[in-house]
Amino acid sequence: MSSRHPGLNLGEAHGAAHEAAEKEVFGFWVFMMSDAILFGLLFATYVVLQGNTNGGPGPSDLFEIPSVLIQTVLLLTSSLTAGLAQLAMKHALGTRRIVIWLLISLALALSFIALEVRDLLTMISKGGIPEASGFLSAFFALIPLHGLHVVAACLWLLALLGQIARYGLDDAVKTGMLRLGILWHFLDIVWIGIFTIVYVGGLA
Amino acid sequence: MNAHDILLGRLDATALPWHELLLADTRLEVISGIVGLSAAIIAVAGALLVATALTWRRLWGPLWRDWLTSVDHKKIGIMYMVLACVMLARAVVEAGVMRLQQALGSGGGGIVTPDHFGQLFSTHGTIMIFFVAMPFLTGLINFVMPLQIGARDVSFPLLNSVSLGLTAAGAVLVMVSLVLQPFSTGGWSGYPPFTDASFNPGAGPDYWIWAVTLSSLGSTLTGINFTVTIYKERCEGMHMMRMPMFCWTSLCTAILMIFAMPPLTVATGLLALDRYLGFHIFTNDGGGNVMMFANLFWLFGHPEVYILILPAFGVWNEVFSTFSGKGLFGYRALVMATMCIAVLSFTVWVHHFFTMGQSTELNAIFGIATMAIGIPTGVKIYDWMLTMYRGRVRITVPMVYGVGFLFLFVLGGTTGVILANPSIDYQVHNTLFLVAHFHNMVIPGTLFGMIAGYTLWFPKAFGFRLNDCWGYRAAGLWIVGFLLAFFPLYILGLMGMPRRMVAYFEGAWLPWTLVALTGAALIVLALLCLAVQLVVSLRNRAELAVPVGDPWDGRSLEWALPAPVPEWNFPALLVVEGRDAFMELKMKGDHLDRPRDGFIDISMPRPSCVGPVVGAAGLIAGFGLTWHIWWLTVVSLTVIVAAMVARSFVRETHRTVPAAEVEARWNAWRTLADASPRIRRRDEQRQANRGHAFPAAREGGE
Repeated sequence: MSSRHPGLNLGEAHGAAHEAAEKEVFGFWVFMMSDAILFGLLFATYVVLQGNTNGGPGPSDLFEIPSVLIQTVLLLTSSLTAGLAQLAMKHALGTRRIVIWLLISLALALSFIALEVRDLLTMISKGGIPEASGFLSAFFALIPLHGLHVVAACLWLLALLGQIARYGLDDAVKTGMLRLGILWHFLDIVWIGIFTIVYVGGLA
Repeated sequence: MNAHDILLGRLDATALPWHELLLADTRLEVISGIVGLSAAIIAVAGALLVATALTWRRLWGPLWRDWLTSVDHKKIGIMYMVLACVMLARAVVEAGVMRLQQALGSGGGGIVTPDHFGQLFSTHGTIMIFFVAMPFLTGLINFVMPLQIGARDVSFPLLNSVSLGLTAAGAVLVMVSLVLQPFSTGGWSGYPPFTDASFNPGAGPDYWIWAVTLSSLGSTLTGINFTVTIYKERCEGMHMMRMPMFCWTSLCTAILMIFAMPPLTVATGLLALDRYLGFHIFTNDGGGNVMMFANLFWLFGHPEVYILILPAFGVWNEVFSTFSGKGLFGYRALVMATMCIAVLSFTVWVHHFFTMGQSTELNAIFGIATMAIGIPTGVKIYDWMLTMYRGRVRITVPMVYGVGFLFLFVLGGTTGVILANPSIDYQVHNTLFLVAHFHNMVIPGTLFGMIAGYTLWFPKAFGFRLNDCWGYRAAGLWIVGFLLAFFPLYILGLMGMPRRMVAYFEGAWLPWTLVALTGAALIVLALLCLAVQLVVSLRNRAELAVPVGDPWDGRSLEWALPAPVPEWNFPALLVVEGRDAFMELKMKGDHLDRPRDGFIDISMPRPSCVGPVVGAAGLIAGFGLTWHIWWLTVVSLTVIVAAMVARSFVRETHRTVPAAEVEARWNAWRTLADASPRIRRRDEQRQANRGHAFPAAREGGE
C-alpha cells in the first residue's frame, strides 16, 4: 500500500517516516476539519452581519482591491513554493533545496502579513474600526484570525528550520513538513474564501 | 494607569469572599454572604487539606512523576474521572442549596440573594456539563477504548495529556471563582445581551467564557485523538464491525466533539471580542445580532447532548450484555442507530429556541427532526431489553442503575417528544418542565451510565471490586432521589413556574418544591454512599481483589488482561477473529495466549511535563484575562507557545520496556490465574471471585 493518507505521501523509500506519517497526517487532516468548522462559522457570522454597517463606513469605503489582489498572489505563490519544498523532500533532492524553498515560502508569507497589516491600519485610520458596526466586527473577527494562523504557520516553519539545522532531515522533520504543508494549503483555501466572499462579495 | 492596575488589573478587595458580607444590610444578605464565605472556606480548606496530606506522606514526587506527567491513557482516564468526581461534589451541593432556596423562597426570603442564586445556577450548569459529564465520559473512553480495540495507547498520548491539562485548567478556574468572586449569573449558556459588557461589566461572565473555552479546546483535541485512535490503532482482525459497541459510541462521540466543539469556541471567542474590544457581534446596538449567539451556541449545545449520552449508551451495551451473559442483541442495528443519532444531532438545534421568532415552517422542520431522534433511540432500548431476554441475568449494582435507566430514560424521552412540538414548547418554554426534562435525560442517562461504568471497570483499573452493599444503597438512593427531586418539577412546570426563580408568591408551588428538596437530600446521601463505598472497598481490598482480571465474565479484550493492567496493555499485538474476542477464547476453555513469537522489547512513550505546563499556563492565562491582568496573560501564552516549540525539538520521546520485564509480569499473572478457581456467576459477588471467570453460557452444559 503506497498511499497511507490523503495528500502528498513520502513513499516507501522513506521507510519509518512514511509509516509514522499514516496516523500523524491523518490526525492533522482531522484537526484541519475542526479548524474548517471554525472558519466556516466565522464566514457565516460575516455573511449575517455584512449588511449591518450601522451608518458607518461600508466595504466600498474601506476595501482596496489592488492590495488585496497582491496579497492573494503572494499567498498563493507561497503555497506553490511550499509544495516545491515538499516535493524536494519526497524525491530526496537535498536539504539545501528544501531549505531554500522553505525560506522563499516564509518570505512570501511574511510579505503577505505585512501588506495585510498595512491594509488593516489604513482601514482603521479611515474609521473602519470594529467598534463602528456589526459588519466591521465580523470582518475583524475573521481576517485577523486568518492572519494569526499564517503567523503561527510561519513560527512552525521556523521551528522546523531549527530542527533541520539541529538534526538534519530526520523522520520527525519529515512528518512535520507534511503536516505544515497541509496547514499552508488550508490557509490558502480559507484566503480564497475571504477574497471571494469578503472582498469581492463586499464590493459586488 | 497606576501600579495596582498594571500588576493586578481590576482585581481588588471587592473580589474577596467576605465582601458581600461586609456590605450586607438585610438579614437575607447576611445569610447569603455567610453561604458564599463558607463555600470559599470549604474550597480553600479542601485544597490545603489535600496539599498537607501530600506533603505529609511525601507524595508530591510520585504525584508528579507517576501521574501528572504520565501520558498513559489509563492514568489519564483515571485523572479525568477524579476531576469529574471532585467537581460533581461541588455541583451537587450547589443543587442542594438551590432546592433549599426554592423551598424557603416561597413568599420571598430564603438563604441567598438573587445575584448569588444566579451564580449558583450558572456554576451548577457549567460544572455539570463541562467539568463533570465531559471529563467523566472522556476519562472512561480513555481508559476503556484502547484496551477494547487491542491498542497500546491512544494515537497521540502527549496530546491526550494536554487535553486533560486544559480541561482541568477550566475546572480550576471555576473553583477559583468561589474565592475571588463573582462568577457569571448568565446561566450555563451565557446568553448575550445579558452577558454583554454594557449589562454585565464585571468579571463574572469572563470567568465563564475562559473556563468554557479552555474546556472546549481540550475536548476538541480529545475528539481528534479518539477518532484517529479508533481508525488507526485497532489490532489485526478488529474490523469496524467487530468492535465492541462501546467503541462505536466512543467513535461517534469523538466525531461529534470534532464538529460540535468549534462552534462553542467561536461563540465564546466572539463574546469575548464584544466584551474586551468593544465589538458588536452579539450586542443589541451597533449592528450586532443576538440571534447569532443562540445559533452558534446551540449548534454546539445540541450535539453536546449526544456527546453526553452516547458514551453512556456505550456503557449500557456493555452492562446489559455482560450481566446477561449474552452477546448484544442486534449489534448492526445498534451501530446504525448510534450513527443515526450522531447525524441527526446536528439537525435539531433550533428546538432550543422555538420561541425566538423564526418562522413556523422552520420550527416545524426542527420539531419533526427532533422527534425523529426518538426512533433510533427506541431501537436501542428494545435491543437492550432483548439482550436481557433469556440471558443469565444478574442484578448487580450496574444492572440496578441499568434497569432504572431503562424506565426513567424512556419517560424523559417521552417528555422530550412533547417538548419537540413547537406549539407545546411555547407553553412550557423556560419553565421547570424543561428543567425536569433535561435532568431526566442526563441523570438516568449520562450520570447513571457513568456510575455503572465506574462500577464495572473499577476492578480493571485498581485490581479490586467495589463493595456491593454500599453500591446498592447508592443506586437505590440515586433512583428514588432522582424521582423525588425531578418529577415534581414537571408538575411545577405545567403549573407555570419559571426556571431559575429565586423567590415566588404562589402558595400552590410550595408543596412540590418541598418534595423536590427531599429528593435533593436523598441525592446528597447517594453521593455520600458512593464515597463510603470507595473507602470501605479500599479497606477491604484484599477480600475484594480480582487480580486475574475478569470478575464479571466479560466479553471484550480488556477483560483478558490482568487487573490492574500493565502499562503496555498487551504483551504482543493481537490478532482477533470475531466479535466478543475474549468470550470466544473462554468458550474454548482458553485465555489470552503467550506471544507466539516470544516476548519482545516494547517501546512506550515517556512521561512529559508539557501537558501540566500547558494546563497551568492556560489556567493562568484565563485568570489574567478574567481580571484584566495583561502581563500575566502575555507571559502565560508565551509559555504555551514556547513549550510547544521546545517539545518539537525533543527526539527522545520513547523508552523501552525490556522483554524480560514483560515476560516476568506475564508469568506471575498466569501462575496466579492457574491457582485461582474458575468462578461461576452465582459466586460473582463473593470473596471467592478472584477474577477468573467460568463463562455463563457454558454453565448449563456441565
